[in-house]
Amino acid sequence: MGKLDKFVEVGRVAFIANGKDSGKVCAIAEIIDQNRVLIDGPCSGVRRQVCDMKRLHLTRFCIDLPHSARTAVVRRKWTAAKLDEKWKETSWAKKLEARRLRTNMSDFDRFKLARAKQIRNSIIALAAGKIRKEAKAKPNALRFRKPNKKRHIKKE
Amino acid sequence: MAPKAQKKPQGKQMAKSSAPHKPKNSAINASRLMKYSRARIFQRKAAYKVKKVKTPAKKSAEKAAAAAAFVVKKIGGDKNGGERKVYKKTPKSLPTQVASRKVQLRPKKTFKKHVRRIRSNLAPGAVLILLAGRHKGKRVVLLKQLESGLLLVTGPRKLNGCPLRRVSQRYVIGTKTRIDISKVALPERLNDAYFRRQRSAKKSAASAGGSADIFAKSDAAYAVSAERREDQAAVDKALMGAIKASGDGPMLRSYLRSLFSIKSGQRPHAMVF
Repeated sequence: MGKLDKFVEVGRVAFIANGKDSGKVCAIAEIIDQNRVLIDGPCSGVRRQVCDMKRLHLTRFCIDLPHSARTAVVRRKWTAAKLDEKWKETSWAKKLEARRLRTNMSDFDRFKLARAKQIRNSIIALAAGKIRKEAKAKPNALRFRKPNKKRHIKKE
Repeated sequence: MAPKAQKKPQGKQMAKSSAPHKPKNSAINASRLMKYSRARIFQRKAAYKVKKVKTPAKKSAEKAAAAAAFVVKKIGGDKNGGERKVYKKTPKSLPTQVASRKVQLRPKKTFKKHVRRIRSNLAPGAVLILLAGRHKGKRVVLLKQLESGLLLVTGPRKLNGCPLRRVSQRYVIGTKTRIDISKVALPERLNDAYFRRQRSAKKSAASAGGSADIFAKSDAAYAVSAERREDQAAVDKALMGAIKASGDGPMLRSYLRSLFSIKSGQRPHAMVF
């Protein structure tokens, strides 16, 4: 279990994981009950609506919102906190973007990717081959030594 | 509603009749129904005023007789009319009853008149993946849709060996990749007749005559005509130029040379082409 540092609170930025508006981030404007919250994401295209907590994945961001703040206030606080940029910089958002690009690759893109991988792997293979060749030149005793291992140096 | 009596002075009517005016009737809301019925239009156009002009009989009596399908012949005997109409050329059917005419609301459409559709993602210049036939797996360039509905494609032959060829839409995946072929001029003669399969003359004669040796070797090996070579070279040259000019030139060339296959873990229904 991770740290219990993400709370369901007014102002918590949450990621909508499924259903309508899935893949977008929004802010919690009000907590209705144990299971439901009122969300609003004016800057990310999420209409103000009731949302089940099961659909939301909490992020580490939280904006300073008064409870039941109207959409204009949410928008103001969101842009002031520069949440759009902050969200894009997270590895979570980057992974989502990478997944999106991967699924939207056309046949030609897939070909180009495969070709790029081929070229990269051949460069790696060539370099590895060189190292292997050099290692073969060394005597056996020195060959199988781990290069970074701290050794006890005999004092002469 | 009482019909309106159109009272136009004769002089004005004569002047107006030459110039075309707005149609008096129109369809309601893009349906087949017209705004005014036939009777109303008769009134509105004042068609009762239009005198029917009798066209004079152009054919003379002799010409009429010659044009008729039968000849009137005199016969002997009494109380039998004295003459009979004899057909010059016996018609194919001599019905005893008047054939009841079935109203053809939607007559059968011949193959020529069938509507040819094309998938929206297939546009000239698109790269296609052939799924069946001799060239399956090859990525080819779509040139245009022919009149029969089949697609005209080419490898280009230099890149993957696929010649100028017809291909059915159904056996093709259309990819998003496009090549700008607006500057590629296709020869005029590339049509369905050009690509039609040639049946050897001997075979057709044999089937007609019935006396030829049925065990004789029918078709000689297919030989590419000079026409085909010429057209292939012309189209490929222009197409290679277009490929070179496009953004991803060298990559496109190797792309068109490569074959398509489904790899492990790839799900075609979830893939974007």
